[in-house]
Amino acid sequence: MYKPVIGLEVHAQLSTKTKLFCSCSTEHENLPPNTNVCPICMGFPGVLPVVNKKAVEYAIKAGLALNCEISNYSKFDRKNYFYPDLPKGYQISQYDLPLCRNGYIDLYVDGEIKRVRIKRIHLEEDAGKLLHIGSGDRLSESDYSLVDFNRAGIPLIEIVTEPDINSPKEARLFLQELRLILRYLGISSGDMEKGSLRCDANISIQTEEGKFGTRTEIKNVNSFFSLEKALEYEIERQIEILKRGEEVIQETRHWDEKNQKTVSLRSKEEAEDYRYFPEPDLPPLMVTEEMKNKLKSEIPELPAKRRERYLALELSPVDVEILVSDKDLSDFFDKALRIYGNAKNLHSWLSVEILSYLNENKLEFKDLDIDSERFVKLIEMVDKNEITRPVAKEVLRRYLTKKEDPLVIIEREGLRVVSDTSYLQDIIKNVISNNSKAVEDWKKGKKQVINFLVGQVMKETRGRASLDVVKNLLEEELNKL
Amino acid sequence: MRTLREIKKIYENKEANVKEVVESYLEKIKEWEPYINAFLHIPYEDIEKQIKELESKSPNLPLYGIPIAIKDNILTKNIKTTCASKILENFIPPYDATVVKRLKENGAIIIGKTNLDEFAMGSSCENSAFGPTKNPWDIERVPGGSSGGSAACVSAGEAPISLGSDTGGSIRLPASFTGVIGLKPTYGLVSRFGLVAFASSLDQIGPFGRTVEDIAITLQIIAGHDPMDSTSSPYEIPNYLEGLGKSVKNWRVGIPKELWYKGVSEEVLKTLENSFGVFKEMGVTIEEISLPSLEYALPVYYIISTSEASSNLARYDGVKYGYRDFTAEDLISMYKQTRGKGFGSEVKRRIILGTYALSAGYYDAYYLKATKVRRLIRIEFEEAFKKVDIIASPTSPVLPFKLGERISDPLQMYLTDIMTIPVNLAGIPAISMPAGFYNNLPVGIQFMSSFFTEDKLLQFAYAYQQFVDFSKKYPTLPNKERV
Amino acid sequence: MERRDFKEQLKKTAHLARLHLTPEEEELFTKQLQNILDYFKKLQELDTSNVEPMAHVLPLYNIWREDEVKESISQEEAFKNAPEIEDLGFKIPRIMKREE
Repeated sequence: MYKPVIGLEVHAQLSTKTKLFCSCSTEHENLPPNTNVCPICMGFPGVLPVVNKKAVEYAIKAGLALNCEISNYSKFDRKNYFYPDLPKGYQISQYDLPLCRNGYIDLYVDGEIKRVRIKRIHLEEDAGKLLHIGSGDRLSESDYSLVDFNRAGIPLIEIVTEPDINSPKEARLFLQELRLILRYLGISSGDMEKGSLRCDANISIQTEEGKFGTRTEIKNVNSFFSLEKALEYEIERQIEILKRGEEVIQETRHWDEKNQKTVSLRSKEEAEDYRYFPEPDLPPLMVTEEMKNKLKSEIPELPAKRRERYLALELSPVDVEILVSDKDLSDFFDKALRIYGNAKNLHSWLSVEILSYLNENKLEFKDLDIDSERFVKLIEMVDKNEITRPVAKEVLRRYLTKKEDPLVIIEREGLRVVSDTSYLQDIIKNVISNNSKAVEDWKKGKKQVINFLVGQVMKETRGRASLDVVKNLLEEELNKL
Repeated sequence: MRTLREIKKIYENKEANVKEVVESYLEKIKEWEPYINAFLHIPYEDIEKQIKELESKSPNLPLYGIPIAIKDNILTKNIKTTCASKILENFIPPYDATVVKRLKENGAIIIGKTNLDEFAMGSSCENSAFGPTKNPWDIERVPGGSSGGSAACVSAGEAPISLGSDTGGSIRLPASFTGVIGLKPTYGLVSRFGLVAFASSLDQIGPFGRTVEDIAITLQIIAGHDPMDSTSSPYEIPNYLEGLGKSVKNWRVGIPKELWYKGVSEEVLKTLENSFGVFKEMGVTIEEISLPSLEYALPVYYIISTSEASSNLARYDGVKYGYRDFTAEDLISMYKQTRGKGFGSEVKRRIILGTYALSAGYYDAYYLKATKVRRLIRIEFEEAFKKVDIIASPTSPVLPFKLGERISDPLQMYLTDIMTIPVNLAGIPAISMPAGFYNNLPVGIQFMSSFFTEDKLLQFAYAYQQFVDFSKKYPTLPNKERV
Repeated sequence: MERRDFKEQLKKTAHLARLHLTPEEEELFTKQLQNILDYFKKLQELDTSNVEPMAHVLPLYNIWREDEVKESISQEEAFKNAPEIEDLGFKIPRIMKREE
């Protein structure tokens, strides 16, 4: 028996306006190095940290959303080590009294519920960034490095799971679900490519129940896909070792994206000794019931709840996921649902018309400026045969691109369904006389050619006619021939 | 050589302007510095700028035109701040410490940065990378440390007041050794923002002066909440001048037996005897008390302070500011050479001691144990202050000693702080008052009071100074031949 | 602890603290710190099994600030004291030792 046992350590940057311990902006992308810094986040002599209240609240919200116990009493500690991106020579973190403990996330894995327990969530500060200069892009090939402290001091939460994950897929699903929850809470952008969500994985192979194997830690996974790939590679590597009767070495391994494998980081001279001790510059935190309740009341409906609700509307699991995976889209759906009862139809309009538009234009739903009432009105007009679906599509596109009010377009351009049969009959007669070849084909029994003729009629009416009506009238006319 | 009240009167009567007053102190500095080395730098250009800026300000400011010397571990914007360390030899701070900002806003003129034991680690002011400060009463003796320069300059009359910092006695011990007054306020009363950290849970900035009134005036300006220091007290501060001159009759003064006899030199005890007569005249009652945990204060202090220091001093790594050793080719060697050469012996000794006390396998026996005993010490003080208003002790167990006398034995040096350390561990305020002289060497007495009762402490010290006043007693300039 | 063992411990600690010590310093510190630590043993006499550690003197909690951006220092000021700068970054020597 070879059973993978996986635990994750996830770091998420919190989307506060300012850093964790100073009032510098958290913006650090595409900025010249060392422009968003101050004596505090650069660790100048004499500076002191003052904690950002919002960051504490965000961490507690994460804990509440992940079903954690929130500590009534919590404190900060110093984690001491030397590295050039760490300006003070210590990182302010939380050691034995983290803000949140003992939570869980329930995942749906192949139709079954899988519970992954959360051991702890704590608050800490991010480090700066190093740029290695030299002949190669690897650390060992660099001649020297440059330090940029723009990122130093940005608030992070570290979320540590219990080793409850048993496959690379579960690990990916966990991380995706975690990101979704953080996004629902509005506390982190969760962007892995930009490094605002980072994940280290601990993995070992269990050969018999109750006995843990030696674990390795994998670093440098920068996407959901590479997390899954890295774990698959590492599981295989460890199983091969065990099959040969050898032992796995406890070490930190680096995911080499280019070569799609994990490589051993140079073994350290000695075990790290972080010399944690309580941060004397920061008084402890006391989380009151009142504070907890207030934050609880600010938590929106979370993905799990939403899924349940949508499934009850008899949407398919795939359709549900389309909605839930994008909170803005899902919020819009809910808003529209309040004034429009047919969930399935609403979903179809959203997924067919809106999502295809987003894909074509590489946009996200939150980039759209769309009013749920106007959108619903449009669908209702189609439902009531007041406009045709093609007209509705056309008008919707113009609404999305040019922000023109659909109802105004419809009235101004007279796009309502044409129900005047004599008008239609005139058009049909014209089409028949202008398409003698098609009419000949029809006479020869090629009945499907009628679709072409219907199309011609629709073109003439600019899509305003009901397909069924046109088809019936056309058949009538053709039969007369 | 005047009190603040006297300087104020000079301005009111237009006997001299700010420039002239400041120059009279610069003149004193010129006379004394060759003998005592109290200052690391005098920012002449900046002083002129400060005087100019003062012209547009109200002469009613509490510290209008008052020259003040600042210990060189307190940051002064655009004025070099070195902590008496090679590692910060050329460091120009980009900001003012909160206390400096407040002093300037209230009209004070920063006339110089004073010498100290490197990073405030020491009891003699001999651990300065830029040479020791000497005691103005006898230049063969130390002024005490670590704020030796701030004490010596007030003692010699180079400045009417100064600021120091006190982690285990660094204000009170030098005050005692140089015959001036030094106050260590309650932990959290004065902002530490801009004070280069030695031991964050113990450090506190405080004033030196010649009269209790001058101490109270200065404290009034620097005390009070600072949003930049999370450990600074959010409570309203009282008016420290109000109680001065009021009676302390029937106040109870505690005499802890642990601090009066064991380890205290004959000379000190003899000189302080006279204070008991003074207490009688002040109308206070004397009670012997016991603080048994004080026996453990020294190890507790040295474990906690060095542990915190080992972390606080990690930022001096040659990357962002300060000294760097350019001979090293890789990062770790750069770190080690920079820190090995940039720090002096005592600093290195303490960093190692603190790193050791926090490291895996030793944490519980040293750091954790020390923080537990620290609580016991604090509880004992709390209990004691239910019974007495003031606790009195010698400030130092010994007279100012000779340069070099204790420097080779760190433990012996650490024992100099045995009277002052418990105060920092408990967090309470304490003041050292000149109590007498032994062979023309000053001896100080220490008064302690409960948390945030500086008003009471100053009222008591003021009453004491009405009987024992050395504010007009100055050391004489040494003969040139003695240098 | 034997003096020789303690000297090894001291070297390890100096490495952890990134401090280069000369052989003379190693010798001297070994002697001095062993004396000091011996003196510190005194603490073990006290029974503290029922005592909570005390990291802070004042009983303060939840001292924090609002999430509002305030002016940072200029880049010029950030670099004023830097030993070495290049392309707006603080320059540091190679992180890995050059391989033989």
